[in-house]
Amino acid sequence: MSWLTDFSPDELTAIRLSLWVAAWAMACSLPFGIAAAMLLARGRFWGRSLLNAIVHLPLVLPPVVTGYVLLLLFGRRGPLGRFFEDVFGLVFAFRWTGAALASAVMGFPLMVRAIRLSLDAVDRRLEDAAATLGASGLFVFLTVTLPLILPGIVAGMILSFARSLGEFGATITFVSNIPGETQTLPTAIYVFTQVPGGDLGALRLTIVAVVISTVALFISEALARRAMRGTAT
Amino acid sequence: MTLRVAIDHRLGGFHLAVDFAAGAGLTALFGRSGAGKTSLINVIAGLIRPDRGRIEVDGDVLTDTATRRFVPPHRRRIGYVFQEGRLFPHLNVRRNLLYGARFAKGPKDTGEFDQIVALLGIGDLLARRPENLSGGEKQRVAIGRALLARPRVLVMDEPLASLDEGRKAEILPYIERLRDEIRTPIVYVSHSIPEVARLATTLVVLSDGRVAATGSPAEIMGRLDLFPLTGRVEAGAILNTRVTGVDVTFGLSLLRAAAGELRVPRLDIPLGTQLRVRIRARDVMIALAPPEGLSALNVLPGIVAEIGQADGPIVEIRLDCAGEPLIARLTRRSVESLRLTPGRPVYAVIKSIAFDHHALAGAGPVASADAG
Repeated sequence: MSWLTDFSPDELTAIRLSLWVAAWAMACSLPFGIAAAMLLARGRFWGRSLLNAIVHLPLVLPPVVTGYVLLLLFGRRGPLGRFFEDVFGLVFAFRWTGAALASAVMGFPLMVRAIRLSLDAVDRRLEDAAATLGASGLFVFLTVTLPLILPGIVAGMILSFARSLGEFGATITFVSNIPGETQTLPTAIYVFTQVPGGDLGALRLTIVAVVISTVALFISEALARRAMRGTAT
Repeated sequence: MTLRVAIDHRLGGFHLAVDFAAGAGLTALFGRSGAGKTSLINVIAGLIRPDRGRIEVDGDVLTDTATRRFVPPHRRRIGYVFQEGRLFPHLNVRRNLLYGARFAKGPKDTGEFDQIVALLGIGDLLARRPENLSGGEKQRVAIGRALLARPRVLVMDEPLASLDEGRKAEILPYIERLRDEIRTPIVYVSHSIPEVARLATTLVVLSDGRVAATGSPAEIMGRLDLFPLTGRVEAGAILNTRVTGVDVTFGLSLLRAAAGELRVPRLDIPLGTQLRVRIRARDVMIALAPPEGLSALNVLPGIVAEIGQADGPIVEIRLDCAGEPLIARLTRRSVESLRLTPGRPVYAVIKSIAFDHHALAGAGPVASADAG
């Protein structure tokens, strides 16, 4: 069974890079995910359904299309790409940062949905009660709302993380498939299946992907159940 | 401190137009379900903006639509005890209690926490989570949480409505202690006559979104014209009495009211304690002469003061018993056959069962100093 654990350096790099990219994608999209969920769950403003559509677009668009749109916007000559390079010195094109951006965008709707569901379950009368005790809006959010939706936030993070690990189409369209820079698990598996004698490598990485995703899904389910219980009382 | 409220607010088809003031003690807002009571205190707490009106506490204007002033709820310092408690499920009792304390005005006082915990008898619950509390315990914690934020006014929205009779009896004495021991004015919303009769210093009767009457519980309960609002079944007069003696042989307590002496099954409270006693109209019979050979212990002389509006065969009459009102419910036929007219001296026969324990205000662990 040694073939199962005999990872080549390239395979290990792909696994490490995948986890790295997924972690960054998850962490960086979290504040935006909470903000978008708050706006969608609580906001009463013009364009709310438009925002809802934009957030959910990556869920229904072909990933290749999302990747191409990212390339147009965040490529070196894209308007946002140039802005980020000029202002923050941050380059997305053909870098791991681009892979993280693609993953974040693809996982965003899942994260927002999970957080929004838990926000809808929050008893808003508890927030009123906190206000009558002297707490300002921000303090109520930090001490009442946020702790109550914490299970939803964690579930959303895990969904986003798992989605990132599986990200293929948008990533390969946006930042291509550069070993050590943008070659994540799915693209590495794809490459293995395209070369003669690559079956074993593909199988090894497939098993790794299955294990990571299954664990993530289990944790997310458990937290979702806890969230239901916690807000029911 | 005095809370002044004058507001005009429309909620769907319902029109709330209320003007009242609440000073020291407990002001009960009494009315049927749907009389706009909860909306009214949400307006006071700043959870609802009224269409028109003005709310102030000791000259500090909280809402004034004329000058477009609206102080947000968290700067009002109006403590709110909600019907369902609304404890924070993710915090234990201690942290629930201290939630508002960090915003409290004035010097830090560590004794205050212990004092309020002791007053409400919640010392053993501090480490528990709200999900592990009974309904009555939750309400006591909710009261403590509101008090520890040092409110200028405490509003309570039917805090006993979701509790069964046993739990109600458990909390009532604590609310009486609040009324008598803290200086904060309390606005207490209720649709229960026994509750307001026992607790209120001032009673404000709401009907169809308007103030129908304001006065002491004894005044309001003694008014025959308010029966349609206060409810016929529970209708009755309130007598302010003092415990003056004990009949050891028969196990009775003697209560002294202006109207006369009353005997009730022995109460375990000290002599001299003031007691507010409610005598329901349905428990009073009328006799023209001092009755003999009758099992009832309590007979008070009085004069017919008023004969109420008949409701079918039933009519209530108000007696004047040495200045105190007593209400009796009779049939129109009896009124007719006894030729009861205002000014006629009669005897009120009170079935002793009328003195049930719920009607005995101040019978809790602490004597009520001001039974008002």
